[in-house]
Amino acid sequence: MRLYALAVYLFLYLPIAVIAVFSFNAGRHASQFTGFSVQWYGKALSNPFVTEALWTSFVVALSSALIASVFGTMAALALQGMKGRVRMVADALIYVAVMVPGIVIGIATLIALVTLFGWINPLLARLAPEGQAPQLAMGYGSLIAAHALFSMSLVIIILRARLAGMDRSLMEASADLYAPPFATFWQVTLPLIFPGILAGFLLSFTFSFDDFIIAFFVAGSETTLPIYVFSSIRRGVTPEINAIGTMVLAVSLILLVAAQLTLRRGIKTGAQ
Amino acid sequence: MQRRLSTWLLLAPAGLWFAVMLVLPLCFVVVFSFGEREAAGGYVPAFTLAQYANLPSRGTAFLNTLTLAPFGTVLALLIAYPLAYFLAMRADPKWRTLLLILVIVPFWTSILIRSYAWIFILGGQGLPAVIAWLGFGSVRLINTPFAVMTGIVYGYLPLMVLPVYVSLERLDKRLLEAAADLGAPPLRSFLQVTLPLSLPGVATGCMLVFILLMGEFLIPAMLGGGKVFFIGNALVDLFLQSRNWAFGAAVAVTLVLIMLVTVSLYMWLMRRMGGVRDDVALM
Repeated sequence: MRLYALAVYLFLYLPIAVIAVFSFNAGRHASQFTGFSVQWYGKALSNPFVTEALWTSFVVALSSALIASVFGTMAALALQGMKGRVRMVADALIYVAVMVPGIVIGIATLIALVTLFGWINPLLARLAPEGQAPQLAMGYGSLIAAHALFSMSLVIIILRARLAGMDRSLMEASADLYAPPFATFWQVTLPLIFPGILAGFLLSFTFSFDDFIIAFFVAGSETTLPIYVFSSIRRGVTPEINAIGTMVLAVSLILLVAAQLTLRRGIKTGAQ
Repeated sequence: MQRRLSTWLLLAPAGLWFAVMLVLPLCFVVVFSFGEREAAGGYVPAFTLAQYANLPSRGTAFLNTLTLAPFGTVLALLIAYPLAYFLAMRADPKWRTLLLILVIVPFWTSILIRSYAWIFILGGQGLPAVIAWLGFGSVRLINTPFAVMTGIVYGYLPLMVLPVYVSLERLDKRLLEAAADLGAPPLRSFLQVTLPLSLPGVATGCMLVFILLMGEFLIPAMLGGGKVFFIGNALVDLFLQSRNWAFGAAVAVTLVLIMLVTVSLYMWLMRRMGGVRDDVALM
């Protein structure tokens, strides 16, 4: 039994380890280890295509995670204890947003936004003075909006579990002591749910930073890091991709561990 | 009254987001699926079932997905169940949380990079080189259905382990003691007590993995070398290469319908088993 478990863990982690080890390979050939070197990290980080894609991914991940955390928290608070039709619709929408495969979300967003922009752009052109009309196009905006949708569902799901397990008597006591609703929120509710919000933010960031399939459809002329990696792999396996891959994995691993720690620590303090 | 107003204000931004970025786009897909293709690529408004009638032209993709996805699901279950059993019943409680986190973590890291790792491992200079060196002749692993299946099981294993673990962990251990006291050998008490009681978790895991596999694009694209074509690959081809939006929309609607049927079947099964559908915490 133990041996079996060990084998499965090896299966899960060996591929990650292989990439990490070979990213430190000195040789040009990806598959023969000829010595230790960090040169591919230097090469990757001095490649302007890589740094630009990294920056795009970072901006998109940060913005979408911030939007998702704020709006998702607001929605989770509003939905808390709510029953009836609104709750049912909200639950169904969250379920759909999480379960419909990314590829369908990507396609749907692409055709909806391109069509909408096709309607709006002529209107803008008529409103603005000659030649100065802003043009809506796929890019940062569509990337952030599409990632924020999934992340918002994630934040709402995490916070809902937290709010359900929370001691409501604390908030009632605060209200009994004549604290205005905002003070109750700021001094009682927010500190209690903050670990959940932080974990949701970290997960959202990770999701956006790693997402390929939605970005593939809605990125327009922008290139995120996963899109760059995907198109480079088509041109062959290189040590440079190993280095980029290791960095991407390292970023998500660090954020995931941070998310786990905040969630677990939060549960402990919440129980006290 | 004030309370109701504040509730609506809190809900407004997320509600608007879901309306514009989820409901509206899904409506667009349905509308487009009844349209026609513009000669230069794109969409012409129309109301025709021609796109749906044309679905058999992508029959291979549907056939591949509908055979490999269930196969991958079962394979993932066979590998995941013993691990979930170990974690729930045998593992030292001190280490259990850590071991569980170690299962979940890969699921949240880039599937792109992790599939790439398999290109590396299964490629000519990886495992096949080792096999040849051991004297078993030359085999080709990358760009085969085998490679795709490996990637699928690898990618979706965590999603299968978790729900099975939850149902095993929740199982009343006194039932097993009772079975043992009544003289049931371990295998019998597993088959008659543990296994039936873990079926809701098995059903949840299978449903999750199957649904996500239906829309898979990356793994077949990277490990199948364009030979193992899934519905997801057909969709990318239709939208980004041949720009046949109307037909692509029809394929997407069909895909979502297949998934809806799967979920309904799952709900029906769960109700018959009398199990409670519990949200599996992925964190």
